Amino acid sequence: MALEARNVYFRYNKKSPWILEDCSLKIERGERLAVLAPSGYGKTTLAMLLSGYLAPVRGEILLDGKPLPKKGVCPVQLIYQHPEKAVDPRWRMKRVLEESGGLKEDMLPAFGIERAWLERFPRELSGGELQRFCAARALMSGADYLICDEISTMLDAVTQAQIWSVISEEAERRNMGLIAVTHNRHLAERVAERIVDLSE
Amino acid sequence: MEQTLLEIHDLSVSFRMYDRGFEQTDLQVIAGLSLTVYPGEIVAVAGSSGAGKSLLASAILGILPSNAAVKGQLLYKGRELTPALQKQLRGTEIALVPQSVEFLDPLMKVGAQAEGHSRTAGSADKRRELFRRFGLPDGTEKMYPFQLSGGMARRVLVSAALMTDAELIIADEPTPGMSLDQALEALKMFRELADEGKAVILITHDIDLAASFADRVAVFYEGTTVETVSASDFKAGTLSHPYSKALWRALPQNGFEYERK
Repeated sequence: MALEARNVYFRYNKKSPWILEDCSLKIERGERLAVLAPSGYGKTTLAMLLSGYLAPVRGEILLDGKPLPKKGVCPVQLIYQHPEKAVDPRWRMKRVLEESGGLKEDMLPAFGIERAWLERFPRELSGGELQRFCAARALMSGADYLICDEISTMLDAVTQAQIWSVISEEAERRNMGLIAVTHNRHLAERVAERIVDLSE
Repeated sequence: MEQTLLEIHDLSVSFRMYDRGFEQTDLQVIAGLSLTVYPGEIVAVAGSSGAGKSLLASAILGILPSNAAVKGQLLYKGRELTPALQKQLRGTEIALVPQSVEFLDPLMKVGAQAEGHSRTAGSADKRRELFRRFGLPDGTEKMYPFQLSGGMARRVLVSAALMTDAELIIADEPTPGMSLDQALEALKMFRELADEGKAVILITHDIDLAASFADRVAVFYEGTTVETVSASDFKAGTLSHPYSKALWRALPQNGFEYERK
């Protein structure tokens, strides 16, 4: 039971430079891994490859030895770096959450989501508030793996600690694999058991 | 007394929202906020997400959505900031580093975007110098926003604000996605500007960075400032408001604690 990037290469087109070259990464279920690298090293690209949003030019992404399923809710869920890009601006937040399956209202307080926010549009919420919805949406989908791409840089420290504690608890309870992409070494040490530095 | 660059007295911002049918409700997001910025200062604004930090930036620039109502007094160099004055100042005397990388035009190369609309003969050189200091590789200026990583886009946004000769820069979360070195470089440039007699309002969650570079830190909670302290108070532990203390304790390197409700 593992999610694996095996010798993946990625670039946007044949003229552009490689963003990822021969990159390999493996995570088991139940494992908590942090990925560190300087800006522009391809951390987000790797996160999007692992969750099926991009396809590698060469190499493969394997979930338990097979390619990611093309239908249904993806068992690998990505929480984006920019929450404002990850929600439909014309949907109310309730619909945004319902997209992942049933709305589990009992989970909302743990993320600090207030019931009144469900009726709002994304532009009526702050960046940090939106990110809570994105985290809740990813966890409600029942995913086996969760990739968190710099999810807490737009959150205040208190909310950051709160969201990470919910994510860590859920990941542990459901035996999920967790990848935290971050610049913050202190945070990486708090949330992960193993740290991979792409620049090394 | 020294001339202030920006004074905000008792600012409140509320939004008019449609409730059901044509019924409208007012949602108060900022209430009773005061903040003063002197030339030569970096004032950090830290606080809970959703406390109205970004709205404060929009209110100063006069770019709030049309359903917002603003009350209170805003003074720039002692003059009242009217909508006409805001329009005249923004982008020239007051520059914004926006929080979202969505502010970049997706169909325009980032070099031209950073140089801005008021391009002069020296613009390209100045832009090159800024990109170099930020460690953006050669050729970045010919790329479109979708080809940039989050941290690169952020550095382009900061460069664009530094291209202007603004007296006041409002930087709304300029550092997420940047590595520590790049964030330090950005802050160092803000410090240089402040030392030239300009001023920076630094909206940030990175209290550690704020405490190292800012002169004063205004702590926001639920739409107002709970206290304004000198930056050294964070490291010395001489904070008075419980929320400021909670913020400091919640940092991953200081305990990673939060109050369970």
